[in-house]
Amino acid sequence: MPFGNTHNNFKLNYKVEEEFPDLSKHNNHMAKVLTKEIYGKLRDKQTPSGYTLDDVIQTGVDNPGHPFIMTVGCVAGDEESYEVFKDLLDPVISDRHGGYKPTDKHKTDLNFENLKGGDDLDPNYVLSSRVRTGRSIKGYTLPPHNSRGERRAIEKLAVEALTSLDGEFKGKYYPLKSMTDAEQEQLISDHFLFDKPVSPLLTCAGMARDWPDGRGIWHNDNKTFLVWVNEEDHLRVISMQKGGNMREVFRRFCVGLQKIEEIFKKHNHGFMWNEHLGYILTCPSNLGTGLRGGVHVKLPKLSTHPKFEEILTRLRLQKRGTGGVDTASVGGVFDISNADRLGSSEVEQVQLVVDGVKLMVEMEKKLEKGEAIDGMIPAQK
Amino acid sequence: MSGSFRRLISGRSTAVLLASLGAGTMATGVLLSENGSLAAEAKKKLYPPSSDFPDLRKHNNCMATALTPAIYAKLRDKLTPNNWTLDQCIQTGVDNPGHPFIKTVGCVAGDEESYEVFAELFDPVIIDRHNGYDPRKMTHPTDLDASKLKHGMFDENYVLSSRVRTGRSIRGLSLPPACSRAERREVERVVVTALAGLKGDLAGRYYSLGDMTEKEQQQLIDDHFLFDKPVSPLLTCAFMARDWPDARGIWHNNNKTFLIWVNEEDHTRVISMEKGGNMKRVFERFCSGLKQVEHLIQERGWEFMWNERLGYILTCPSNLGTGLRAGVHVRLPNLSKDPRFSKILDNLRLQKRGTGGVDTAATGDTFDISNLDRLGKSEVELVQLVVNGVNYLIECEKKLEKGQDIQVPAPLVMFKK
Repeated sequence: MPFGNTHNNFKLNYKVEEEFPDLSKHNNHMAKVLTKEIYGKLRDKQTPSGYTLDDVIQTGVDNPGHPFIMTVGCVAGDEESYEVFKDLLDPVISDRHGGYKPTDKHKTDLNFENLKGGDDLDPNYVLSSRVRTGRSIKGYTLPPHNSRGERRAIEKLAVEALTSLDGEFKGKYYPLKSMTDAEQEQLISDHFLFDKPVSPLLTCAGMARDWPDGRGIWHNDNKTFLVWVNEEDHLRVISMQKGGNMREVFRRFCVGLQKIEEIFKKHNHGFMWNEHLGYILTCPSNLGTGLRGGVHVKLPKLSTHPKFEEILTRLRLQKRGTGGVDTASVGGVFDISNADRLGSSEVEQVQLVVDGVKLMVEMEKKLEKGEAIDGMIPAQK
Repeated sequence: MSGSFRRLISGRSTAVLLASLGAGTMATGVLLSENGSLAAEAKKKLYPPSSDFPDLRKHNNCMATALTPAIYAKLRDKLTPNNWTLDQCIQTGVDNPGHPFIKTVGCVAGDEESYEVFAELFDPVIIDRHNGYDPRKMTHPTDLDASKLKHGMFDENYVLSSRVRTGRSIRGLSLPPACSRAERREVERVVVTALAGLKGDLAGRYYSLGDMTEKEQQQLIDDHFLFDKPVSPLLTCAFMARDWPDARGIWHNNNKTFLIWVNEEDHTRVISMEKGGNMKRVFERFCSGLKQVEHLIQERGWEFMWNERLGYILTCPSNLGTGLRAGVHVRLPNLSKDPRFSKILDNLRLQKRGTGGVDTAATGDTFDISNLDRLGKSEVELVQLVVNGVNYLIECEKKLEKGQDIQVPAPLVMFKK
């Protein structure tokens, strides 16, 4: 929270055992990593903006988790959190991102021309294509921690940057607190509108404070490029369109992001990035590329095949329902996207989606004809 | 230079560093990252209070009515001795704009001193919420002598149950919005140790929320004793559900007539209740129990938060004073259909709720009727007011049953000036 963090010093009057959270019933990455020793070592520290260890872990303490789904259980309040609390966050990052080491380097590649193919996914199966990521703006603290003044400054800067775009990126900003009913209806029909977070994973991390102050949605006139301002991250950037032309979606994604980044740099507020963690975002799960590239694809037969999960795992893909995270599939249509974020580049991750979905559509077609697909099952990527 | 260097190595705030070294200089040590987040001190300068003032134009709560940019500017950078801030007090009111018909309070205290350090906000909120009670000019009477209560036995053809509740805070420990885990655990320890000393009809036991068995949980639900993690955003936005269910629990006596909630919305909520209409006995047990618990914590060097301006100090300003809600579940099939019902309640300074408690609807013709006021009148005065009022309502009901007419009583006087 942006409030006086000196309550942290007050807590130091109590022993580590007295303050240490009860994590005996918890199942999240933070709870698996945090020991009394680490807690004792980090609890008197704070980032320059005043974020403390208890702030980092509050969401994980309040949300014990689920036996089957491993949530992260901690968030960053600013760029420096990842440095000051590395004794906790490095192991969490390693657990979440397949063994990523503190010495590893992350590759950023937003050159869409490096993508091979991707323009020929069969639109009879692939209904829509989408790539999203997040960006944090240097010099401001993150959504769990920022004050109203900061959040408004972020919004102001974002709106200045976005409204200066032209051509295919020409668009308009809709602040959440002053949109008309008609505008709201339209944004809902377009599936663009985001609402106040209800998930306790987010609310317990302080991300819904002062809602809807400083929040809004920007999209281009063509409705193919969309930016969320001040939701779970400073910016969430989304490129999407109906059909299977992922190549075009990715091109627009890369070009748009680079245009926006240039404008922020001119204002001396570039994006948060470093060569170890890539793009810095609020949740450790989104470090690296922060990229989720995916399609809505019809796979009624393949999805009921006993090897479906294994195929996805080998292709380094994950499935979700068409409502997004934590929803079920409807009518055999699945949201298929990359599972990785950190340790591989944007191009590499989208390539996995393009190649993997192409293969799965071919498998679906075979199954339709009553043929076996055992010979097509790929090796682990 | 040596002066500022000494300040550097003693690890003081980064604002001092900035001031002594000038812009653009890299510091030794890891105090400042280039282009990184501003240190807390430097941030205050870059973001004046006006940039942080909340947008309250669509809000309807006591905080939004009272908070002006001038008050905010004056108080934003102040800290209580426990380092609680104004922004923390008002967060719940910023996050919950309120309802056109129901005016919520919109701010909470993080500790006893909040009411003093942020008095310029809390005083007008208190005056607004407590019908003109001015803590700068008036004193609050505390009176827990149950023998003074008259006519406290209701007609049980109408009154199904009687209940009195209040809250108590342990002086020296932060309140639920602010407390750390260690402080909350200490509250639990202090209270549970004291309660273990209760004897006779008050002897009982404690059920920790985190450790209770399935069977115990079911029993507490059946008894209507169990409280659960708050879901109301009024409470969650005020940070009161943090670390749930750590250090929360329920104590009740073996007779199930005296019950204490630990670390829910307040350090303690104390409830005396029984079926039937014997409000006198309920109030006697209430007063006796409270006094005994107070004595038991005093033996160990603790005391309740209290002062003569505000009475008992609780988390929400609406519960200051007595923190007392005395009420009954009463059947009023005829009166509740009479168009004068609301006016009669208003004039008697009573409120109705559904039998599920606050923000629930009545089922059938049974209502929860209790006192509206908390501050400016003593416990005895408020319970007497409920007793007199409910007896009046029953008289009205009986008259209407016989086809006789009823009268709207004159409105009760608020404060003795």
